Amino acid sequence: MTKYTKIILAGLFSSTMLVAPALASNVHPVTGEALAHDQTFTYRMLDEASSFDPQIVEDVDGSAIVRDLFEGLMNEDEDGNLVAGVATGYTTNEAKTVYTFTLRPDAKWSNGDTVTAGDFVYAWRRAVDPETASPYAWYMELMSLENAGDIVAGNAAADTLGVSAINDTTLEVRLTAALPYFAQMTTHATTFPSPQNVVEEFGSEWTRPENIVGNGAYKLAEHLPGERSVRVRNDMYWNNDETILDTVVALVINDENTALTRYLSGELDRTDIPAGQYPRLVKEYPEEALSFPRLCNYYYTFNLSDSGPEAFKDVRVRRALSLAVDRKIITENILAGGQPQAFTFTPEATAGFTVPEVEMASMSQAERDAAAKELLAEAGYGADNPLELNLIYNTSEAHKKIAVAVTQMWKQKLGVKATLGNMEWKTFLNERGQQNFELARGAWCGDYNEASTFLDLMMSKSGYNDGKFNNARLDELMAMAKTADDTTPIYTEVEQIIASEVPIIPVYHYAGVYMMDTDLANWPVSNVQQNWYSRNLYKLAE
Amino acid sequence: MLNYSIRRVLSAIPTLLVLVIASFLMIKAAPGGPFTSERPLPPQVLANIEARYGLDQPEWKQLWDYVTGILFNFDFGPSFKFKDRDVNDIIAQGFPVTLTYGTLSFLVASTVGIALGVAAAIRHNTWLDYLAVGISFAAQALPNFVMAPLLVLIFTYKLGWLPGGGWYGGQWQYLILPVAALSTSYMATIARITRSSMLEVLHSNYIRTAAAKGLPARSIIWRHAFKPAMMPVVSYLGPVFVYMITGSVFVDIYFSTGGLGRAYVNSALSRDYAVLLGVTVLYGVLTIAFNLITDLIYGWLDPKIRY
Repeated sequence: MTKYTKIILAGLFSSTMLVAPALASNVHPVTGEALAHDQTFTYRMLDEASSFDPQIVEDVDGSAIVRDLFEGLMNEDEDGNLVAGVATGYTTNEAKTVYTFTLRPDAKWSNGDTVTAGDFVYAWRRAVDPETASPYAWYMELMSLENAGDIVAGNAAADTLGVSAINDTTLEVRLTAALPYFAQMTTHATTFPSPQNVVEEFGSEWTRPENIVGNGAYKLAEHLPGERSVRVRNDMYWNNDETILDTVVALVINDENTALTRYLSGELDRTDIPAGQYPRLVKEYPEEALSFPRLCNYYYTFNLSDSGPEAFKDVRVRRALSLAVDRKIITENILAGGQPQAFTFTPEATAGFTVPEVEMASMSQAERDAAAKELLAEAGYGADNPLELNLIYNTSEAHKKIAVAVTQMWKQKLGVKATLGNMEWKTFLNERGQQNFELARGAWCGDYNEASTFLDLMMSKSGYNDGKFNNARLDELMAMAKTADDTTPIYTEVEQIIASEVPIIPVYHYAGVYMMDTDLANWPVSNVQQNWYSRNLYKLAE
Repeated sequence: MLNYSIRRVLSAIPTLLVLVIASFLMIKAAPGGPFTSERPLPPQVLANIEARYGLDQPEWKQLWDYVTGILFNFDFGPSFKFKDRDVNDIIAQGFPVTLTYGTLSFLVASTVGIALGVAAAIRHNTWLDYLAVGISFAAQALPNFVMAPLLVLIFTYKLGWLPGGGWYGGQWQYLILPVAALSTSYMATIARITRSSMLEVLHSNYIRTAAAKGLPARSIIWRHAFKPAMMPVVSYLGPVFVYMITGSVFVDIYFSTGGLGRAYVNSALSRDYAVLLGVTVLYGVLTIAFNLITDLIYGWLDPKIRY
């Protein structure tokens, strides 16, 4: 038994003790708060979910629903820490290449069947099977499961995947590389079990409310695509006694401003705050307007490939442009939602990440501007030979405001002649992906709460490195980080390389900016990935 | 008339075919594809997905499979974005929604619009005329994207009388705001067309003759003036009806109705080829059908028209 297992078991034991009194009274069993009679939570979703199938779903809102309908080996608590899910714990071998999970015997599907290790084996094979065509098949490769890559490529059968059921409650996973954070990765929807008999009986229609069978705390009761979906408590869920919310309603509302109006009219318990409206709302509704850090960054990437402009090959030009961006104006005047300014690629909120000292962060904006002017002059650009560049971004009011502000800063401070290119989303991705740009907007949200989810993007072979930054030392460091026990010095050096080579201009890091009804309790504000579970939430009596 | 109708229906087939092929080529020409995303898929994963949806086939084969699928199985294919659903599902779910609020909006816009227009024309240059013209000008200046937020602000936020969105199977309280938002500016246009056309007819010689014969005003207006005055109105109403029942993108987005209008626009943005083509075909069929119906109504309105 490793220390992880012990912690999980200890946590589980203590929470069971606390919850011992039944939920008969309308009082929260742990905190003693008075609970509302109507335990319905209604929230806004930006768009219709891509799917409710754990192996197919790919959007953030859809994954939140799937986390309610299904349960994986491990869950996250309010702070993003790992807690037991279907698995009560796990052990690993010395080399951290074999993980053995112990499953709880009382985990049930919503049709009453027991959740077994075989259900996970089926689901994981399904995720990599080319037949399933899962857009997240790559995630199983990222998990370093034995043979995952070969199966996805069609060179091996799905049953050769490095996962097997030793018996109904023991799942063994074999990896090709030592992954210290493997268990963390099993909180992702792609790794949730799926019910083989139901999937095989109904095919792609198995996720319809009338067919779906899940093992999560909720069942799908209604689904009207583009309008709403309703999930209700699953009585078969092993921990149903501790679930407080009875009903969760997700309304699809595309427009943030409409959603805000509907929130203010009392139709919603939670919605997103449109850019720039936070200061007003926090004044009017100080207890409802919330802002907390999220695991995403926002940056501009230089095209450093052969198709990129000659000027950007000069690091002085890149650094000058980065220095001249007054991040304070962007975070305080444009976004105005409590977003932190960014001087590193990795957000400060990332678990285990210590923000390294970068020179730019400690300078005042006046010092940065002076340095920027000097650097650009050194590089040979000035009033008679102004630097010209084009910045592309995808259609969005916020992206536009930021791009206009940034190019204005460059123009005023450095005399740069910048043009803006606004593109429709798919066109933008296409142009950026084919290096048909000079400077492009970029943003990334962590797949898991560890700095490599961001820094991997800077590796020369990364498929997401649209600027084609290529630094041998950085590649080497990131390879080392995969198996290192202490990654802090490695990530510090990587961030320092990024700070000195400036392949990107970090602008800001995201904040979750929400309106949240004061009756809604226990929203995981300190879970930076915002992986929330309805069964942890509850409504207070007014 | 039957022969004429059959000829028109037959001529619709090549029209639809051209529509499908042109739409197919245009959407394929747009940059990016259904699976282009912020995090590009690894080539092998992308290849598997493309194989699953037949996108690895040559384009002529994709088009052929698509067209034959529709003709022989009435199958419009799967959605690439909403992977648990296919195009038939999306249309079956979204079209009844837009059909409901669209038809209601049409009825409201045309009855109120025609009534206002006729009233204004009969009482030409009186306070009633000025009022009707005033209302229609004001309404004209309120397209649905202005009306919707205004209505929600007043009836949802300030007064709390009506929900600000949702569909709930088309219950009346969820219908009022979308119908009001969608019908207002059409109502205004219909009133304007009706008024001017009615005025023109009322000033024509045969109406003067009828009046000289001593026919009562009611009979002149309803038996002799109204039908011919409706000709330009009907030619406007035909396409408007199709537009309304196929859904307003804005109404769908603003009121979260789950209607087809939004699904259509989103399918273009997300390059969901099959959904886009499926809805285009539906729109094409409806447009052709209602153009035919409009033409047949002409024949009824104007005895001079013969088929």
